[in-house]
Amino acid sequence: MDFGTFLWTTFGAFLTLATFSFLYKDNPFYKIAEHLVVGVSAGYFVIILWHNALVPLLFQRLSDGDWYILWLNSSKPWYWIPTILGAMMWTRFSRNYAWVSRWPIGLYIGIVAGLAIPLEMANRVNKQLYATMAGVINWGNFWGQDFLDITSGYSQVIIFAGAIAGLFYFFFSKAHTGVFGGVAKFGIWILMIGFGASFGYTVMGRISLFINRIQELGLWGEAAFDASNPNHSGWFPAVFWLLIMGIAAYIAVELVRFARQKA
Amino acid sequence: MRRQIPLALVFIFGVFMIFQYFVPHESSEWIYEFLLDWIYIIGIFALALGIWSLIRVSVAKIKARKADWEYPVITLAGLFLMILFGFTGYRDGSLGFHFMTAEGLSNPMFRNFFDYIMIPIQSTMFALLAFFIASAAYRAFRARNILASLLLVAALVVMLRFNPYLGPVGTIIADTASWLLNVPNLAAKRAIIIGIGLGMVATALKIILGIERGYMGKG
Amino acid sequence: MNIFDRMMSLDRRWVFLFLAVVCVITYIVDFQIPIRVESEVRTIHEFIDTLKPDEIVFIAIDYDPNALAELHPMCYAVMEHCFRKDLKVIITALSQNGPGMAEQAILDISDSLKLDREYNGILYEGREIRKGVDYAFLGYKPYFALVILGIGQNFRLPFPTDYYGTPLDSIPMMQGVQNYDQVACVVDLSAGNITDAWIAYGQGRFYFPLALGLTGVMGADYYPYLNSGQVFGLMAGLYGAAQYEELADNPGLAKDGMRIQVYAHLVIIFFILIGNVGYFVSRREKKRQGR
Repeated sequence: MDFGTFLWTTFGAFLTLATFSFLYKDNPFYKIAEHLVVGVSAGYFVIILWHNALVPLLFQRLSDGDWYILWLNSSKPWYWIPTILGAMMWTRFSRNYAWVSRWPIGLYIGIVAGLAIPLEMANRVNKQLYATMAGVINWGNFWGQDFLDITSGYSQVIIFAGAIAGLFYFFFSKAHTGVFGGVAKFGIWILMIGFGASFGYTVMGRISLFINRIQELGLWGEAAFDASNPNHSGWFPAVFWLLIMGIAAYIAVELVRFARQKA
Repeated sequence: MRRQIPLALVFIFGVFMIFQYFVPHESSEWIYEFLLDWIYIIGIFALALGIWSLIRVSVAKIKARKADWEYPVITLAGLFLMILFGFTGYRDGSLGFHFMTAEGLSNPMFRNFFDYIMIPIQSTMFALLAFFIASAAYRAFRARNILASLLLVAALVVMLRFNPYLGPVGTIIADTASWLLNVPNLAAKRAIIIGIGLGMVATALKIILGIERGYMGKG
Repeated sequence: MNIFDRMMSLDRRWVFLFLAVVCVITYIVDFQIPIRVESEVRTIHEFIDTLKPDEIVFIAIDYDPNALAELHPMCYAVMEHCFRKDLKVIITALSQNGPGMAEQAILDISDSLKLDREYNGILYEGREIRKGVDYAFLGYKPYFALVILGIGQNFRLPFPTDYYGTPLDSIPMMQGVQNYDQVACVVDLSAGNITDAWIAYGQGRFYFPLALGLTGVMGADYYPYLNSGQVFGLMAGLYGAAQYEELADNPGLAKDGMRIQVYAHLVIIFFILIGNVGYFVSRREKKRQGR
């Protein structure tokens, strides 16, 4: 790692710690990081949209025409139509002409809604219903070979009954009384197990995000003291300790302020 | 006119898209590809609205000199610097502005801003959630009734599934977690997926038939 | 105020500090934990492992830096596995910040592949991976559902050029590659509803083999698709990434992170138990006082 890269990784570490400082309380370092990332993300998206979308899909298709007659002599002048329709979207902000934006929005919404109906019906509903009902109950292996066998017959019965009971609970609008209520009750038990599983996975997911930050900060710390790196210099640990001392000073100031308040 | 034409457009193109799913004829495929090609371009302009909105709001805050007005300056500086780096790059050894070619994407400053500003801050913002979930688990996760207890037990089993220090109990927990995920969890999520699917189809149908008009806004 | 009431009114920053200290100490202490591999991850590894050289794997890197922790290790493990097996890789990034993640992964893996390495007892010689020959990075396009549909007609419909502006017809490995029919499988690494689009609009319409790499938050929600055969494999969260690293014999950040994960989960469980004990004790005290 050369010194320039080390400075960049140090800046990244500073921004990481600045963002973490929000856990203590809102502060100027966190606000700087927050506003910086909003601006940089927006700028990044503009560039990606320009180079990856606008240039290849529009400008390059019109590029064989002449700009002074608005590329109307290009081999594909019809691309002006979606361009105009897209530009009409910008009237959304105008009080008097906002209705113009409804045309391209209508086109887009119509296409997306039309695509959604057969595909969502086939993939979210039909295939899932088929998978629930088409699997023949494994009577030969009803109680399973091992402890809690996923392929056992009773597991397939639970999947079948649980999916239908879940729909009874939250989808059908009949009152939960009598036999219907009993099935709905079974449904909510199954749903609760599902939500519990999701919660367990969510905890893992959230903790992983923090673990990654520790690993990145650890790598930065190791790089600061890695004498085997041919580009290493005495400045690496110096910059590392300067940043750590800055954070320690901030913590000390906060502790003094906290002690004074308590007193 | 102001509402009828958009409603007609939604209906015509919506019905056509449903129709073309079932009709593999060459002309149906040709129109489908044509529409897809156009919709990419129309959509790009819609996305640019968000950027304009950000600039407008930031400039308004700076002009009004409200509390913390200095921070939108940082936002705009980040935005314009990133755009500047994205349009400058090296071609044949010399640095220059390139709008129609993608040298800017390989600009080291453009990449460094992504790697050392966006990645640390965005990933750390979400890493804060780890602490909030710990706090929520401590303060709010109570086994108040049977259903909450069921949720809690399922969560504990899934959380302990890869713990190697529980010996034979750990193996039972791992097998239980695997069964839990592939049987009752599967049943629950299947019910949710079917419900969402039916809801999406119903909403899409309402939009195509003009019953749902929220996307048109006021007026 | 008894000890349980005091515990219930504890400033949450002490909870934050305790979790942080446990995780940092676990990171510093060097130890390993065994990783148990589940069948849903094994099927993905076996599928890619049995592909022949020059077959094409489509990796969709559809996540932003906020999901980097779980999906980046998956991406590295899968991509390096593909390149070691001499497979060709097509990469797209349909999320807003996905191109940056994809480019970082490609650059890091290129460096790693230059070294000779042994995986599962087989020595793989170091080599250079060449843009346009070994991989094609197509970049980003908005409206992922429509892009997924467009690729099914022809890659050139939504992607006339690659990320760097090179026309697809000039890219050697894209010669003769029209759509999903020429691709052996699609591995979608995603943190949001792009996964649903790949299932419904991609696999649902074009019937290619689809495997998913998901964040932990989404992990439990996609088992129905695994059961119905709409996806053939599922890697969920850091644990899924660690399992793939274990199978590929390529330990990385995921396997290293799992040892910290074990103790962090014990901390969360400890807080849940303490919170519930405090709750039940307080409730019993209130009932007693109520009498």
